[in-house]
Amino acid sequence: MAYDYEKFIRPGKLPHIWCPGCGHGIVMKGLIRAIDACGLKKENTAIVSGIGCASRLPGYMDCCTLHTAHGRAAAFATGVKMSRPEMDVILVGGDGDGTAIGGNHFIHACRRNINMTYIILNNKIYGMTGGQFSPATPTGDKASTTPYGNPDPAFDIAKLAIGAGATFVARGTAFHANQIDKLIAEAIQHKGFSVVEILDDCPTTYGRRNKFKSVIEMMNHLKDIAVPVKAAEKMSPEQLKGKVLTGVLYKEDKPEYCEQYAKVIERAQAAK
Amino acid sequence: MSRYELRFSGAGGQGLITAGIIMAKAASIYEGKEAVQSQSYGPEARGGASKSEVIISEGPIDYPKVTKCDALLAMTQEACNKYSDDLKEGGILLYDTDLVSKLPEGNYKRVGFNIINTAKNEVGREIVANIVALGAMVALTGQISKENAEKAVLSSVPEAFLELNKKAFNMGYEKALAAQK
Amino acid sequence: MAKKVAFLQGNEAAAQGALYAGCKFFAGYPITPSTEVAEVMSVELPKIGGKFIQMEDEIGAMAALLGGALGGAKALTSTSGPGLSLKQELIGYGCIAEIPCVIINVMRGGPSTGMPTGPSQSDIMSAKWGTHGDHPAICLVPASVQELFEETVRAFNLAEKYRTPVMVMPDEIVGHMRERVVFPEPGELEVIDRAAPTVEPAQYKPYDTSFGDVPPLAAFGSGYKFHVTGLNKLPDGFPTTKAEYVQAEEERQVRKVEGNADDIMKWEEYKCDDAEIIIVAFGSTSRSARFAVDQAREQGIKAGLFRLITFWPFPEKRILELSKKVKAFITPEMNLGMATGVVKAAVEGNAPVLGIFRVDGEPINPGQILDKMKEVK
Repeated sequence: MAYDYEKFIRPGKLPHIWCPGCGHGIVMKGLIRAIDACGLKKENTAIVSGIGCASRLPGYMDCCTLHTAHGRAAAFATGVKMSRPEMDVILVGGDGDGTAIGGNHFIHACRRNINMTYIILNNKIYGMTGGQFSPATPTGDKASTTPYGNPDPAFDIAKLAIGAGATFVARGTAFHANQIDKLIAEAIQHKGFSVVEILDDCPTTYGRRNKFKSVIEMMNHLKDIAVPVKAAEKMSPEQLKGKVLTGVLYKEDKPEYCEQYAKVIERAQAAK
Repeated sequence: MSRYELRFSGAGGQGLITAGIIMAKAASIYEGKEAVQSQSYGPEARGGASKSEVIISEGPIDYPKVTKCDALLAMTQEACNKYSDDLKEGGILLYDTDLVSKLPEGNYKRVGFNIINTAKNEVGREIVANIVALGAMVALTGQISKENAEKAVLSSVPEAFLELNKKAFNMGYEKALAAQK
Repeated sequence: MAKKVAFLQGNEAAAQGALYAGCKFFAGYPITPSTEVAEVMSVELPKIGGKFIQMEDEIGAMAALLGGALGGAKALTSTSGPGLSLKQELIGYGCIAEIPCVIINVMRGGPSTGMPTGPSQSDIMSAKWGTHGDHPAICLVPASVQELFEETVRAFNLAEKYRTPVMVMPDEIVGHMRERVVFPEPGELEVIDRAAPTVEPAQYKPYDTSFGDVPPLAAFGSGYKFHVTGLNKLPDGFPTTKAEYVQAEEERQVRKVEGNADDIMKWEEYKCDDAEIIIVAFGSTSRSARFAVDQAREQGIKAGLFRLITFWPFPEKRILELSKKVKAFITPEMNLGMATGVVKAAVEGNAPVLGIFRVDGEPINPGQILDKMKEVK
């Protein structure tokens, strides 16, 4: 029997705004399966986003949803989580929203290790505004504001998250649709700040400027460059050139922020 | 109008802000008068000249800053130069005789003794020089009773230092009375 | 039993007022001259099971504040000039998404870093026009430590009652000076909590105007699922660009404050009855003005003080009434004429409005105001 996505979709809110060939819908389906698999309650789940194509995702989900300002999802979500530690808090957003304008909130949410899951849909571009380069656009690539090729180096978002202190970091792609829910589910179940980066290049504003002839070609590209972490262990540096590691990249147990603050409350009340 | 204006001045780190706060607290909480304390903040509060102002009145206090200073404490020459301009005719200037040698011209009462030295050598800790100075200001200004001022001191300092501060306060009070004769 | 009395700094009293009002959440970022508010909240909130978080920047603090408030908590942040500028986009978010919260902004010299430790009253226009777009503005300008306590309680009440951000703006002098505070007993001051939804979760719409101009706000995690956005929205919270909804919603958001201005506005008239010259002032400047009024009366000048306790909404009707019977208004302020412009607009040319402007980090003293009174013919 086909999986019933409708039970987590807000009645009357589809169709979504995403372009044909965009991977965001694939990620949303993965998120739905993950939320379902983890047994989260809709009214006890907050889905928080910033601004951009990916940030429209929460609106379709039948949960407590918070579509904030550009870049601020992690900071709003931190407030929600501190206020309601018993809620499951999931963040969704794009590469520009999360790592450019929201970069400071992102790294500090990682550092605090607050128990939330941040799904970054990395389409390598600012899609909603028409295709300006983002911190995830590879050097040399074309965007509407890099007509002569991008002079900027790109962030490795997963490495950024690990460096900043996130205690669970995974990467998947929109091509590997059946892996997305498993990565997100593991991230949700991890206690601490978890980051799941999903590569889903924008066909409309990135692909057509960068010599991808079709969505299928873009999807095949994701398939070609992705190497599971386990498989990469057996590969030489030459073989890994131009490849991207996928799967769970990092995992560690560290004190979680809300639990740490609960201890602050204990100490304050003991000293009263 | 019963408005009485005090200014505690010296170098940042001498504890004069605290002395001003205790004076105002004594007037406001223990003496039953009205009092407002304010101070200069910022880089100048960490070294350089620093001031804490206290207004005491029988009735409500509107303007919270010194207009004409009734009593000025100067713990350094720099503070004395900078903050003595608006000293009232007939007002009081209390100063540390080891640190302030040049006094401003004018018709006011000058009272000096070695405040920091008293704290260091007679009370035993230089850190309570501000409380020695406070005791002296209480004695000279007559705005609050000695008893109420002492209560305010003791409610403002750590328990382990009650005796030290009490000694400092009383020493300052007595020395000021002796010095003004 | 005697009431609790303490000798407190203004900023400390603001924090105590917030606690009295039932504040359980603080998000902030250190900035002079408001930091003592955060420091007191960091000590006191965990004692009562509340939450204090120091965020990575001013914007993050405002975001966390709104998130905490959506979780159902009465929420506070404190800041000063540069921080207020940084928070402005999200203050607008709070206005359009209608999230109650309180912002204490201790006014220092500006623009930019300006004079971090110097007093100023130059943020009052930021309080109204700092964030882009049309929006409601409530801004309280207390003048004493006791009043800062009480107005902070009232700020929470107004935020919760009208479901909107409220600003409390003491100038640096009021924020940093110390005076006696008599703590009201619990129940002595009114404490208002936001209206909770009366419908089942399935029927709940966060902007359902059938409940009036201020629809009830459910908390995240309380069993209600709903959507919140900074886009123009429909009653169910979802984005819309439909002209009739956008126009009506924008008007309602402003009307819920402007239409209730009589409930929100507060001022004090001192010796205004027979006054020929009225000083319009607020914050610490109003204290200088009262001093000057008393001095003027002793010299036979019929002076009065109109002390603003609420700056926004502004009591323009009352100023207009008074303008018909006075020779002149004097508007001393620690900026270059912000309130003066507002008063001029209100008097509609009935009387001259003479400003006294000071931005050198020194307070306006009573002598300056008295001198200005003598210029009035």
